[in-house]
Parts: sequence; C-alpha cells; structure tokens
Amino acid sequence: MSGQLKEVRLRIQSVTSTQQITKAMKMVSAAKLRRAQDAILQMRPYTQKMQEMLTNIVSSLSGDMELPLAAERATERVLIIPITSDRGTCGAYNSNIIKTARQTIETKYAAQQAKGNVTILPIGKKGYEYFQRHGYKLVDDYWNLFADLSFENVRRAAIYAQEAFLRKEYDRVELVYSQFKNAATQVFVSEPYLPIPKVEATESKKQTDFIFEPSKEILIQELMPKILNTQVYKAILDAHASEHGARMTAMDKATENAAEILRSLKISYNRARQAAITTELTEIVSGAAALKG
Amino acid sequence: MQLEILTPEHKVFSGSVYGVQLPGVEGSFEILQNHAPMVAALGEGKMKILKDKNSNETYNITGGFVETLNNKTTVLLEGAESVSY
Repeated sequence: MSGQLKEVRLRIQSVTSTQQITKAMKMVSAAKLRRAQDAILQMRPYTQKMQEMLTNIVSSLSGDMELPLAAERATERVLIIPITSDRGTCGAYNSNIIKTARQTIETKYAAQQAKGNVTILPIGKKGYEYFQRHGYKLVDDYWNLFADLSFENVRRAAIYAQEAFLRKEYDRVELVYSQFKNAATQVFVSEPYLPIPKVEATESKKQTDFIFEPSKEILIQELMPKILNTQVYKAILDAHASEHGARMTAMDKATENAAEILRSLKISYNRARQAAITTELTEIVSGAAALKG
Repeated sequence: MQLEILTPEHKVFSGSVYGVQLPGVEGSFEILQNHAPMVAALGEGKMKILKDKNSNETYNITGGFVETLNNKTTVLLEGAESVSY
C-alpha cells in the first residue's frame, strides 16, 4: 500500500515542477511578446505610409514605365519564404505555417512543383528542418535570422529575393507567415511579395495629380527596395510577435492542464492514504480480537 | 496643416503645424497650407518643423521621403536626430 502512496507522491512532485516550468515560460513569453508587439506597433504606420506612397506612384505610372520589380512573367519558377520560429513549445503555430505553405504550393503552384521548380527560402529553424526533411529545394542561407534579429540581417534576405527575381531565377516570390492580431489569434497568410502586386488605384487617388520630385523614375528606384525591405522586416516582426503569442497561449493551457492533473492526483493520493490507514486499523483490531480469542 | 513624421522605430512628431522645411534631393523647400499633392525624395540636411510663426523644431536627417495630400503631410525617415538650441 505504501508503495502506491509513494508512486502518487512522486507523480505529484513531477507534475508540480512541470507546472512551474510552463508557468515560467508563459511569463517569459508574455514579456517577450510585449517587446515584439511594441516593435510592430511602432513600425506599422511607417510601412503603411510607404505602401501608400508606392501605390500612388505605381498607379500614376501605369503604362508609362516598365518596372523590373513589378514585371509579370509567365510563372515558371517560384520562391516561397515561410517564416517559422526557431523553437517549439508554441502549440500549432509552426505546423500551421507549414500547412499554409504546403497548401499554397499544392494549390497555386502544383504545376511548378511537379516540375521541381518550387524553391523554399525558410526563415526559422523549425521550417528549415521540416522542408529539408521532406526533400524540398532549399536556399538555406537565411534560416537562422531569429538568432540575431536585426533590420540589417533581414535586409540581406530581402535583397537576395529581389536580386534573384531581377536575374529571373524566380518569376514569383511569396511570403508565408502569421500576421499578428492579438496574443491568442494569429492569421496565417500567404502573401505575394514579387512581382509587386498591382494594387487597384481607387477613384480618388487616380484623380490626384501628384508632383513628383525629382522624377517618378528616380523616386521609384529609391523607394522600391526600401519598401520591399521593410515589407519583409514587418512580416518577420509580425511572425515574431505571433510566435510569442502562440507560445504564451500554449503554455497557459499547459499550466491549466497540469493543475487539472494535480487535482485528480491529489484525490487518488488521499484515497490511497485513507485505504492504507483503514487496512492498518483493521489489522490492529483483528489482531486484538484474535488475542482475546 | 497636419504633419506626421515617422521612422520604423517610432513616431517622431504628429500634430497640426504651420509648415515644414525639408531638404529635398534637389534643394531645400517648404510645405505650407494648401500645398499641391506631392511626393518627394529627401536628402541629407536639416528638417525644420514650423509649429506656428514663432516656434520651431529642428532635426538632422539623412534621407527619406515626403508625401503631401489634402493638407496632410507625412515624412518617412530612417532616423531623425533632434537639434536643440
């Protein structure tokens, strides 16, 4: 009987320490999430405005100038950039990104995939490992960006994609990542990156006759790479915040589950203890009864 | 005129102003109320926010873009350093 008691006690101990760990991880993620969120919120108006400016210029340009980065070509070769995290313990976050990426490949680019013309540029260790294991064609120079997350490093990856597109190594580039809504909600998207998606000019903007200084051509040459760099940076910041959000939620659930297990373990512990006491009492009483005989 | 000055890190300035002086790549210029819609590239130099006719704020900038439309001006910078007097 005391053997069973000890067993339950050990389980209670181990579940308690697991619960402490998940609780601590939740706290850490919450702190990291706040920082990641701040970075996004500060970045957002900047990127939105840049996007708007680009839209204004591109829609006023239509027909005037052939932009190499906006060139629509027959889609032969595709580059997919899935942004996953470096570490697990964040619920279904990584598998959802991978699922979204695979869905894009299997539905939109099935023909290219059949010819082996889909290349993956994974960012984040989890995605890197997955796509490597499943035999996808990889560009594996940029997968560990999260180890040292800085605009400069992100820029290198962005520039690689742009230059490869200009060299016609790829006809289409897509980003697959998780947009950050709030700590509990992530929106998994597959976003066309290159060629620069044609944005329908709205009526009011079409009529606005902007003065461009110096010239549209020079402006756009300066603006374009900057916008594309910040676009990748924004995606990565979003993904980073989503990761911490997902981890926070997952760890919160794990802590809750541990509490649930602890509760039922405590019940069985008390039951076993009570049974042991009853047995002992019975033994004493029946022993005394036997002596009286 | 509404003015917003943005960098990737944070919002430097937001509010109603009299005008703003900017270092364009082809020379310095000023944006005032009812300026025509414009998109311009900025070079290195000083940006001066004219809050009203008497008070202003100056920043050193290294390049960026400005857009003005319907009395709303947005300046996008990679970084801005406040110059104090």
